[in-house]
Amino acid sequence: MNIRTFSIGGIHPAENKLTHEVATKVAALPKQAIFPLSQHIGAPAKPVVQKGDKVKVGTMIAEAGGFVSAPIFSSVSGTVFKIDTAIDATGYRKPVIIINVEGDEWEESIDRSDKLEMVESHPDLTPEEIVNRIKNAGVVGMGGACFPTFIKLTPPPTAKAECVIINAVECEPYITADYRLMMEHADEILVGLQLLMIGAKVTKGYIGIETNKPKAIELLTEKCAKKFNGTKFQVEVVPLKQRYPQGGEKQLVDAVIQRQVPAPPAIPVNVGAIVQNVGTAFAVYQAVMKNKPLFERYTTVTGKKLANPGNFLVRMGTPMQELIDACGGMPEGDNKLLAGGPMMGKALTSTEVPICKGTNSVTIISDDEARRKEPQPCIRCAKCVGVCPMGLEPYLLAKLSEVKNWERAESEDIVSCIECGSCQYTCPAHRPLLDNIRQGKSTVMGIIRARSAK
Amino acid sequence: MYGVIIALMPALLASFYFFGLGAVIVTATSVAACCFFEWAICKYILKRKQNTLLDGSAVITGLLLAFNVPSNLPIWIILIGALFAIGVAKFTFGGLGNNIFNPALVGRAALLVAFPAQMTTWPKIGQWDTYLDAETGATPLSIINSAIRSGDASILDQLPSSFDLLLGSSSGGAGAMGEICALALLMGLAFMLYNRIITWHIPVSILGTAFVLSGLLHLADPIYPDPVCVLLTGGMMLGAIFMATDYVTSPMTPKGQIIYGVAIGFLTVVIRNWGAYPEGMSFAILIMNAFTPLINNYVKPKRFGEVAK
Amino acid sequence: MDFILIAVIVLGAIGLIAAIVLFAASKKFAVYEDPRIAQVGELLPGANCGGCGFPGCSGMADALVKGADAGSLDGLMCPVGGAETMGKVADLLGMVIANSEPMVAVVRCNGTCEHRAKIAEYAGLRTCAAMHACGAGETACGYGCLGCGDCEAACQFDAIHVNPETGIPEVDDDKCTSCGACVKACPRNIIELRKKGPKNRRVFVSCVNKDKGPVAMKACAVSCIGCGKCEKECNFGAITVENNLAYIDHQKCRLCRKCVSVCPKHAIVDVNFPTPAPAPKPKEPKKEEEATA
Repeated sequence: MNIRTFSIGGIHPAENKLTHEVATKVAALPKQAIFPLSQHIGAPAKPVVQKGDKVKVGTMIAEAGGFVSAPIFSSVSGTVFKIDTAIDATGYRKPVIIINVEGDEWEESIDRSDKLEMVESHPDLTPEEIVNRIKNAGVVGMGGACFPTFIKLTPPPTAKAECVIINAVECEPYITADYRLMMEHADEILVGLQLLMIGAKVTKGYIGIETNKPKAIELLTEKCAKKFNGTKFQVEVVPLKQRYPQGGEKQLVDAVIQRQVPAPPAIPVNVGAIVQNVGTAFAVYQAVMKNKPLFERYTTVTGKKLANPGNFLVRMGTPMQELIDACGGMPEGDNKLLAGGPMMGKALTSTEVPICKGTNSVTIISDDEARRKEPQPCIRCAKCVGVCPMGLEPYLLAKLSEVKNWERAESEDIVSCIECGSCQYTCPAHRPLLDNIRQGKSTVMGIIRARSAK
Repeated sequence: MYGVIIALMPALLASFYFFGLGAVIVTATSVAACCFFEWAICKYILKRKQNTLLDGSAVITGLLLAFNVPSNLPIWIILIGALFAIGVAKFTFGGLGNNIFNPALVGRAALLVAFPAQMTTWPKIGQWDTYLDAETGATPLSIINSAIRSGDASILDQLPSSFDLLLGSSSGGAGAMGEICALALLMGLAFMLYNRIITWHIPVSILGTAFVLSGLLHLADPIYPDPVCVLLTGGMMLGAIFMATDYVTSPMTPKGQIIYGVAIGFLTVVIRNWGAYPEGMSFAILIMNAFTPLINNYVKPKRFGEVAK
Repeated sequence: MDFILIAVIVLGAIGLIAAIVLFAASKKFAVYEDPRIAQVGELLPGANCGGCGFPGCSGMADALVKGADAGSLDGLMCPVGGAETMGKVADLLGMVIANSEPMVAVVRCNGTCEHRAKIAEYAGLRTCAAMHACGAGETACGYGCLGCGDCEAACQFDAIHVNPETGIPEVDDDKCTSCGACVKACPRNIIELRKKGPKNRRVFVSCVNKDKGPVAMKACAVSCIGCGKCEKECNFGAITVENNLAYIDHQKCRLCRKCVSVCPKHAIVDVNFPTPAPAPKPKEPKKEEEATA
């Protein structure tokens, strides 16, 4: 069988999936949980509690701050300590709600049983009801981008959804949270996919998995056949060739249904696909079937020098330090702490940053491996052009950003860059290509916004 | 960079075998001079913090310059060539990564214009211990050139057979050091392709175009050499494999590289057949080097999502 | 001699024809340009430095005439010619210049290596813009100077340089033309154009940290904690405290330096004064008794 993948560019970094076969552990409750008000794309949430309020697990502590926004729910029970600022994954101090943890009392409305709820047992679930429950539960994209899911399920009138694609690719090195979720909760994920398909009013679904996860492919193919054969839903498990950045939305759509999303402002639904991370599908199941809002997630804590790297089911708001301690503590010497993986993760300066809705991994890389080499002049080898999955010319975009030639940068499609880092990874002269392109991209996007605002 | 140096080793050894002492002296002088000039200019004239000697590009320029010149070239001429290649062609444009023209070819072209006599007398192969006093002879290209000019096809009978051109084993034949053994160069090509140092686009498009064009010409009028001979003589192999594929001076997209290669193949055949010089490769490459920025500007890679529009 | 005559006649004829053609072309293809642009151009220094933000003096002249037609010359300033030149231009165009006080760039951060401890090492692209996008920087202050020199790179007048020992940029009063390039370059809006002041003296709060007092103090020894003592002390209403940060309005400041004396963190800085600010007056015993009563 011809294994599919995306058509342009791509690289193959070392996998380092150290925690592939490490079963997920439930992380211990923290003493204090920190909830940043901005854990999603869009307006920050607005607090609805104040100092001294008692909350339970699942209580709403902040409501959506606008249309493109999401509510935040407490993952712990206890007393609200204060509403203050603390460092979050952006590296800056942002408004947060801090809760002192007392016990583990859950909201009564949440169904904590292990019973697998089937869609067939709830014939009254309309698409609108499903989307509404997803919205009220604060479900956002769990792959890291954190886009509010309910908006994705209601595309603009110009676009018509044809299928839902589950992103179970996990192409980034080190991260194994999605894989463990698939191995341990495959049934719930499939119900979640079904709910997403009903909510999006489609009957076609795909699950994209890379070939480095053969057990997951086998398991899901078997369960999919059992569940969906003979129903109105056509669900296909698509094994994909191992390549980075396969997990990027646009690349995934290209690989699975062979359609290329045009340049921004086009989005995948413009070619008929709604892409959701497998963790989001699980969260959708819990939100719709178990009345459980989003407050915990699977997170990988990994690194070559960590004593016991592992996968955790962690309550959001847990400071990273606690998870790192559970893995044996920060390794000796200077280390790079990443929220996310080595390719697209963000380096942090504090271990007190809490786990948020989009934190799929905490990766620790030692200084000798992480430190960059001295940049050399560009030798115009064009390797960056060869690996760019968007068909851009990174050497040129980086140079244009450096000399601040914004008009030319815009005409060279700098806003199409998905910031995957393939170019910088490949460059034999160790040039900071992506760093420069990022600066240029954000400036050009600002110019475009200012222009359309006039 | 060091991968390219390894790929040049078979050709280097072949040149030592065929040209003996002369080859050793010329190569050693050229490489040493290029490295010295690179180090000295970087340190004393440009006063750069980081000396670019260690990236290997000076060594490659030295080797390629040596491969392009006769093995009986006096040392002082080689030094001038090296100074021109490194100083003028490379550093006046900004050093590594910024030069428009291939430094080795610029050095060769400068020497050809400045010292036409010394640069067009080629030693015969098989002379182990001669240097400046080597016996010279007619190269295959000069034979072809005189045949075309005079219209006398019988001159072509002096050409070595294709097999000899491939292996370079013809006795009494002459040529530049890097051009004599096509097989050694092809081994270098295989090495570079396997290690993904270069892609197939440039060599294949140059050789392909040259083959097709010279084939058509040969069919039209047999005074023009047959295509296999065209591929195996002169700087065609060396140019297609090592000079035209230089990262800095070649286009950055596969489509651009093919356009570049086709043009070089075309120009080489044209210059060889109808130009004054018997060898057209170096000029063809230099001309197309000037077009590289233009090709880069107008030939863009296929953008993701362009199809869906 | 004939051929010389012929040559002269031929060349003369060519010259004559060319002159006629050029004259006709210049009349037929003439582009109308407002004559004021050329007049304004005469008044400008002609250095074509770009400090005004326009392509050369002719670009600036164009912008000035357009601005005059639009009704305002705000935002247009020739830093090399200064207030004098702007005044002449305004007179020519029949406009009024709002503010012609000499200004200077002021770096409002004193978070030197000594005052502000490093908590991490940034090993990426060393520009302020990149470091700012990556996070708070190498210290615990997310508002303070990053020291990579984007301001120095933007300055065309060699007037601002990052001091390698302190890590903070320093402005050369004499060279600064208040063109505003460094202000735009700083991603954290730390640099501000303020009045140069008599004898180049000025007083300003050398901090832009908006974190709460205890947090700011932990990050930097000379940060403003928003305690408000300076605001109370100022007799001219020049100081406002907002978002845990004090700000001195340079139009209202009279350079009395009472605020400098009273600031407990030494966050307010006085520049180019020959004598240091007087020490804060001790509290009188009477007032204390009143408080405890």
